[in-house]
Amino acid sequence: MHIKVLGPGCANCVNLEKNTRAALASLGMEASVEKVTDYADIAGYGIMRTPGLVVDEQVVLSGRVAKPAEIAQLLAGR
Amino acid sequence: MSVTTRLGRPGLRLSLGVAGAAVAWVALYWVNEPFWTWLVGEAAGLDLESRLGSGVWFFFYDTIKIALLLTGIIFVVTVLRSFMSVERTRALLGGKREGVGNVLAALLGIVTPFCSCSAVPAFIGFVAAGVPLGVTMSSLIASPLINEVAIALLLGLFGPGPTLLYVAAGVSIAIVAGWVIGRLRLERWVEPFVFETRLRGQVIDSTAHLTWPDRVQLGIDEVGTILRKIWPYLLVGIGLGAVIHGWAPENFFATYAGRDNPFAVLIAVVVGVPLYSNAAGVLPLVDALHDKGLPMGTLLAFMMATVALSLPEMILLRRVLKPKLIATFVAVVAAGIIAVGYLFNAVLPV
Repeated sequence: MHIKVLGPGCANCVNLEKNTRAALASLGMEASVEKVTDYADIAGYGIMRTPGLVVDEQVVLSGRVAKPAEIAQLLAGR
Repeated sequence: MSVTTRLGRPGLRLSLGVAGAAVAWVALYWVNEPFWTWLVGEAAGLDLESRLGSGVWFFFYDTIKIALLLTGIIFVVTVLRSFMSVERTRALLGGKREGVGNVLAALLGIVTPFCSCSAVPAFIGFVAAGVPLGVTMSSLIASPLINEVAIALLLGLFGPGPTLLYVAAGVSIAIVAGWVIGRLRLERWVEPFVFETRLRGQVIDSTAHLTWPDRVQLGIDEVGTILRKIWPYLLVGIGLGAVIHGWAPENFFATYAGRDNPFAVLIAVVVGVPLYSNAAGVLPLVDALHDKGLPMGTLLAFMMATVALSLPEMILLRRVLKPKLIATFVAVVAAGIIAVGYLFNAVLPV
């Protein structure tokens, strides 16, 4: 599984990455987490409000920092 | 079916929690002034007419009042905004002509949840989806100019009249400035990659499937986020306000920047543009200066210039706009703000 955290580096993006790693840990899953900070790339995913979360090239969340439990749900369903 | 039966047991607890918080909020707001008058005046024994006494009183009373207003309004606005999304705004703007589009964009810019770090992706997303440049600009101007923080503070410090004027002026500037930029056909001054960005059509609506507890939680989170972000500005603003309130000579500002100085609005805007602050930092200062006799038009122009145009925002926008377009953007918006300032000074009593 390949996860991308989209955001130019503001506090929200950092928090989303942290929560994503916590969700992965709680599920006992292994995945690569990549940060995407380039605006053209972010916009390319159709995201207009950062932060965004992309799992295997599918946008699963945008515009807010979800709690680890919610992210775990999103990840477990894949 | 009543709301509580529909929401079920957790819903009932949620409603009671929100209602309890609302009652506590009103009670705190109500005792704020008498409490500090008692603590500073009676318990600490300071003369409230003296410089020190009135400065100290103003600082504490204003800090609590503004914190309460911010908490209440940010919470309510965030919950309401969770029904709106940038995606929906863009869908509403798609296919609209200039003119109508500018009006709609300015109004939607107020209710759409933007944050400064999202200005660039939103800009790319709008333009790449075919929303005209001028219409996108209207939205981009309205969004920082008119937001919940500015409205909360204006309401608390000046009441509904000036708040309404400010909002009307802000919307007008966003409409006209966006329209002008659209008319100037400046698409060649947008970085080419913006038009080349291909949107992979898998847009998800970020707020579509939220439940009421989710929305309330979002509101609580947002209050925390915004207060954490703006408290330094707020304290500096209120501190400066308290100093002006207590120590500045009565006629100092009125003499140099008062009604009789025809350049006052111009100077206020020129000083305000490079300053980087948000409504929370500027408004306590504006409040104190208003007490010292500065006219409302000059002050609102100063505030608008500070929050709508700033150096960090220009640097962010540089990623998508060429310097010439940024310069045009600043010039057009600043001209609008100056016009509004003079207009208010001419029509408002004091």
